[in-house]
Amino acid sequence: MSELVNLEVNGTTYPVQIALDRNLSGVLRDEVGLTGTKEGCDDCECGACMVLLDGQPINSCSYLAAQAQGRSITTVEGLAEGDELHPLQRNILATGGVQCGFCTPGMLMSAQALLDRNPDPTDEEIRIGLSGNLCRCTGYARILAAVQATAVELNSTSSS
Amino acid sequence: MSMQIATSLDEVLAALAAGARPIAGGTDLVVGHRQGKAPLPESLVAIDRVPELAEIADGDPLRIGATVTHARLMTDQVVVDRLTAIADAAALVGSPSTRNVGTLGGNVMNGSPAMDTGAPLVVLGAEAELASADGIRTVGLDDLWTGPGRTSATAGELCTALVIPARPASSGSAYVRLEYRRAMEIAVVGAAASVTLDGDAVASVRVALTAVAPTIIEIDGLEGLTGRAIDDDLLAAVAEAASEQASPISDLRASDRYRRHTIGVMARRAVDAAARRAAGESISVPVNRALGIGAAA
Repeated sequence: MSELVNLEVNGTTYPVQIALDRNLSGVLRDEVGLTGTKEGCDDCECGACMVLLDGQPINSCSYLAAQAQGRSITTVEGLAEGDELHPLQRNILATGGVQCGFCTPGMLMSAQALLDRNPDPTDEEIRIGLSGNLCRCTGYARILAAVQATAVELNSTSSS
Repeated sequence: MSMQIATSLDEVLAALAAGARPIAGGTDLVVGHRQGKAPLPESLVAIDRVPELAEIADGDPLRIGATVTHARLMTDQVVVDRLTAIADAAALVGSPSTRNVGTLGGNVMNGSPAMDTGAPLVVLGAEAELASADGIRTVGLDDLWTGPGRTSATAGELCTALVIPARPASSGSAYVRLEYRRAMEIAVVGAAASVTLDGDAVASVRVALTAVAPTIIEIDGLEGLTGRAIDDDLLAAVAEAASEQASPISDLRASDRYRRHTIGVMARRAVDAAARRAAGESISVPVNRALGIGAAA
């Protein structure tokens, strides 16, 4: 049995007709049509499915879509402004922090949430902020560098 | 399946009386469903938007609402200052995303013997407040946990809060966990301690153990340590009692012998850290990092 559920994703409301036991990542990918969010382990371990719920990172593979009603969801598609990449996206390309790319959307969402609440994080704080995201191409150092570069960039923009 | 998103406790209790099961962050319930361990209940009531369940109230007793998340527990000033072992434990749970939605009440009511917040709650003397359409009762944690994944709460009851007596002066607490990595880890073993000092001597000490028995257990027989100084002899006695009273299993993460040995090490470190905090020393949360436990960054 399915029900009509309204999901607010990246500022747009999407009415979707879904079974209520479906997970958010599956609904985002298959019903809303936003496939940037990846499904890796489906077990709340790898972080490929990370999205922001009211600004906080959650594992969308293990979150019921129906429970996200009335909350604001941000996916990786919500980062760029039109054709203009978000500084995190630009920097992760520049530092070489993308190899196969499967972990990248989740990494970006965790990084975005971290910088939103802590615009000037230490290396240790960045590691903790990304500790729920696995990369199997061993790209952690370059991902860390991308977050550091973005923090520097955002701080110089806001103080100028 | 049905899903009701409740905004008041009365709504939740009415739904439970009608057969619904509660969901907060879903980090146990939905993961179990996805893994095929247990199907989702036919009827769910979401309790994460009920304001009265998400409050931390200072006073005697202190009261922590059941849907307070791990992320809040590890940073809330009342918890960090006075219920430090709970903050130590919350900071070790899962990853930032787990801690954002996972709740104290969920951790307690899931009933895992490896739950991180359980041992801290025991040494701080916490009781669980259970509400149903018929009324409210409080139950000690040793009566609540009846086995792995089992509690004495009835289907119509919701854990609404953990209630903790105000802490005496010169008290400190700590939770130390053996872990192989720093995130997305489950306790290999863990120990919580609370210590109250009278000058340099122990006025009271309590120690509880994680992942070495079918439920969280408290170490018996520590009354004999009252009046003694916190020294190596005392810490050795704590370690020996912890190893003796543990009844660990072997699984893929550790053998029973390894757990029996390391629980003693964790217990003595927890008492040492709790005593140092009781004496006024500042050890940042989680104490695991100060002790260098877990793989190097």
